[in-house]
Amino acid sequence: MLDADFDFLRAYLKERSGLSLSAEKRYLIDSRLGPICRRFSLTGVPDLVTKLRQGRDRALETAVVEAMTTNETFFFRDKTPFDIFKDTILPQMLAARAGKRKLRIWCAAASSGQEPYSLAMILDEARAKLAGWQIEIVATDIAAEVLDKAKAGIYTQFEVQRGLPIQMLLKYFQQKGDAWHISPAIKSMVTFKQMNLIKDFSQLGQFDVIYCRNVLIYFDQPTKTDVLRRLSAALAPDGVLLLGAAETVIGLTDALAPHASKRGLYVASGAGRAGAGNTGAGNATAETGKMRVPAGGLRIAAGG
Amino acid sequence: MKHCLIVDDSAVIRKVARRILEGLSFRTSEAEDGEQALSRCRTEMPDAVLLDWNMPVMDGYSFLRALRELPGGEIPKVVFCTTENDVGNIARAMRAGADEYIMKPFDKEIMTAKMQEVGLV
Ligand SMILES: C[S@@+](CC[C@H](N)C(=O)[O-])C[C@H]1O[C@@H](n2cnc3c(N)ncnc32)[C@H](O)[C@@H]1O
Repeated sequence: MLDADFDFLRAYLKERSGLSLSAEKRYLIDSRLGPICRRFSLTGVPDLVTKLRQGRDRALETAVVEAMTTNETFFFRDKTPFDIFKDTILPQMLAARAGKRKLRIWCAAASSGQEPYSLAMILDEARAKLAGWQIEIVATDIAAEVLDKAKAGIYTQFEVQRGLPIQMLLKYFQQKGDAWHISPAIKSMVTFKQMNLIKDFSQLGQFDVIYCRNVLIYFDQPTKTDVLRRLSAALAPDGVLLLGAAETVIGLTDALAPHASKRGLYVASGAGRAGAGNTGAGNATAETGKMRVPAGGLRIAAGG
Repeated sequence: MKHCLIVDDSAVIRKVARRILEGLSFRTSEAEDGEQALSRCRTEMPDAVLLDWNMPVMDGYSFLRALRELPGGEIPKVVFCTTENDVGNIARAMRAGADEYIMKPFDKEIMTAKMQEVGLV
């Protein structure tokens, strides 16, 4: 591959999906775009770059962006973020939202659905306490292909064995041949939408809980900062954000602060909230001038 | 160091399981069928049993029931590891007192996840 082609693809991907491709990751281009070349009957990466430069093949553009994303995920991945949801976030939100009885959760890089479905299963287990509540799980991803899989809710034996306790498999899945289908009840708790995190997402509204795990790692610093700033603007004043194990807000934004003891959990710090509107037009007004609810709603304290 | 008893009539499976479990810092011992496994448990109760279903002499299901009758037999975490991947069999094993269930084929990641699930990793 010519340096010029690599540079083009690098800039192209950064602009489309935020993916920051370092020189060491150059090999990924060949391994992931090779199959795309075959699918679109192109002779190789140079041919593909020529087509992209012409900018007339939308299907090809989408395929390239999606092929370069890493979609690795599994049920209850890393366990702790889900224990935190069950033992810390949910009880405190139940108290803080007892009046409204409404909870909005967003999985911002949901991939093939294991993360939002894991949360849905936890909520189902807590069903007795949630009678009369209106709970929404919005799951988004940039890639249509993984979203289709998520919507279908059909997983292989391998996928259901990574992280999913066997009792949950028995309870929430139906076996059809070699495939495992998630139950319609769990499926109906999640709404899937295509959404690019580097674009304006303010139309999704405000959330109490945001899971944005294992996607910021692919972005460069300014992109991380921008996404985090807009995520914090999409959070309720007492809302919480969960990041992946290799991700943090430290050094990127002061609008969010790590929780004192729960790793991966972040809360609004109160700083930098004004002007934290989304990039799109017209949404800054919704945030500016709005008073922050004083502490006492959610008692998830920020700490050092 | 946690001790895992690997019960499988296939030497190949035992070897694969042993490698993975040792990688997870388990001490391992092996048995070829349920009866051998029971006598090992009478001498030394393991922390975990990785258990095949179909074996000559005594199958995994009968072993599990006999194990739970032994003094201290409630202690080991029992993880079925079998090609009996039918949901009916899984439910039956769980009712019989298994703690987790691995459908073969498995790999290191699945074994790790399941051992984490039963609290031994
Ligand atoms: C490694 S997966 C993480 C899945 C899940 N959150 C987890 O932690 O298991 C990363 C996902 O981020 C998605 N993604 C990458 N860039 C994105 C962007 N700009 N906007 C939204 N999603 C993006 C990918 O399509 C992929 O499904």
